[in-house]
Amino acid sequence: MAHVGGMQVLEERIDEWRRYLSRRQAIDATDVDELEDHLRSQVADLQEAGLDEEEAFLIGVKRLGELDTLSREFAREHSERLWKRLVVAEAEEGGAKWSREALVALGLAVAAALAIKVPALFGLSLNGPEAAQLFYARNFSFFVLPFLAGFFAWKRGMSSAGLLGLAAPFILGVLAVNLLPFDPGGYTEVLAALHLPMALWLAVGIGYAGGAWRSHERRMNYVRFSGEWFIYYVLIALGGGVLMMFTVFIFGAIGLDVEWLLESWILPCGVVGAVIIAGWLVEAKQSVIENMAPVLTQLFTPLFTIMLMAFLATMVWTGSGIDVEREVLIGFDLLLVLVVGLLLYAISARDPKAQPGFFDALQLVLVICALLVDAMALWAILARLSAFGFSPNRVAALGENLILVVNLGWSAVLYTRFLRKRAGFAPLERWQTAYLPVYAVWAWIVVVIFPLVFGFR
Amino acid sequence: MDIGKDLVAASATPLVLAILSEGESYGYAIIKRVEELSGGELQWTDGMLYPVLHRLERNGLVTASWGRSEPGRRRKYYRLTDQGSEELANQQRQWQVINDTLRSTPFKLFQLAPQGI
Repeated sequence: MAHVGGMQVLEERIDEWRRYLSRRQAIDATDVDELEDHLRSQVADLQEAGLDEEEAFLIGVKRLGELDTLSREFAREHSERLWKRLVVAEAEEGGAKWSREALVALGLAVAAALAIKVPALFGLSLNGPEAAQLFYARNFSFFVLPFLAGFFAWKRGMSSAGLLGLAAPFILGVLAVNLLPFDPGGYTEVLAALHLPMALWLAVGIGYAGGAWRSHERRMNYVRFSGEWFIYYVLIALGGGVLMMFTVFIFGAIGLDVEWLLESWILPCGVVGAVIIAGWLVEAKQSVIENMAPVLTQLFTPLFTIMLMAFLATMVWTGSGIDVEREVLIGFDLLLVLVVGLLLYAISARDPKAQPGFFDALQLVLVICALLVDAMALWAILARLSAFGFSPNRVAALGENLILVVNLGWSAVLYTRFLRKRAGFAPLERWQTAYLPVYAVWAWIVVVIFPLVFGFR
Repeated sequence: MDIGKDLVAASATPLVLAILSEGESYGYAIIKRVEELSGGELQWTDGMLYPVLHRLERNGLVTASWGRSEPGRRRKYYRLTDQGSEELANQQRQWQVINDTLRSTPFKLFQLAPQGI
């Protein structure tokens, strides 16, 4: 019996040692296998010579050499491994799983690409009359996001109850934008078309979280996913743009005009297909490549802080107020969205246990500057709101401004507490994840309630 | 006796190639063979052998394949390639030159000198 116990101890020690070794970037899984075989041979020989398991293991590990030195030697021979690779690294490990997931993603991307061409069969062409274009504007999300949600539902193995919960917002969306009698091209229709993708993107989060959307960790992961997805999408779009440019150019060189093909097929199909592919890539590359969104955040937080401080200083210096024009409110909304984004990604990448540092203080300065700038803009707008009247656009913009100001205001309070060491970092993180449904609720209000209140104008 | 790090590193390639010229082998057995051949005088840090083997594999001097050991563990076996045999012959000539040179200098006399001067 004692011997069996000893064997288990040895197995545990070797497991632990394997995990420790696997963390080294320069040493890959097959190297660990090879070194394990070596270690086990050594241990077996030492045991035969009369040592017990514990001693044999310790001596075996020691003979393999100090881990840092070993890792350095492997790194010298395999320097390419220090560059984390997405495709190759994935293919070397469990290849079968990878390819199945890739096939599902590819299948869904193709399905989405075909779906966007289905309405054309019924005479609703993308570059058709205004009614057709409005149809696409309202329904665009439904050609893409259900497939992305489906990908996650498949990957997370969601229950049928969970699937129902995931499908509900999509069904509600389809009914709302297609059954409500919008004035063609009216404010409420445009607003609904703009807000529906946001509402549904948050609904995709339900699928991403595998139904457990109440979990703060899953929500934060979805925030991380969204940031990386956006970066991947932009990169794919850039690549696609170059590809199309060259296609037009080289076919043009032999006297063929392929622009119609690009416009009616490649571009729309690529735009929707890339959404799925980007989502799959972000999923596949998790932990293989450093997240980009937080890196960009670190880069741009100081720059935006300086810009806003310079703006405030200039305003005080010259004494000039904000000139209230039609687009001003939207512009300041976007500024707040950006600051919330910077905040969110800074929070998502931060080690919650780390002590407050310079970057946290900078973050707080950025938030306060943004609040000050926005307060001035709001003041200017509210003062003259009576003259403008309450149009759907203005109410939507004001509502968004309010939502973002509340988020940033409370974040500033939490940040101050954190910096003064009155509280930990966790409340900030939880505040951001707890706030996500507010965006969803507002987006749904704009999509569903606004048309009713404003009489479909 | 402690053999200098540089000398250990320089002799690793010819030693590994020479041992593999005796036939297919694997890491642990190669280490054992080195110890045996040197009478225990030449001791490597075991782990360092593997980057050397991987370099030889990358340069096409040896080929590797995964097999099974006696108790059924995954084990990576190495085998000398034709190019590896050529390289071994080449190394042999180089070491011969160094050996001959050393022997024709007063270096040789130190071997004959009594211990502990």
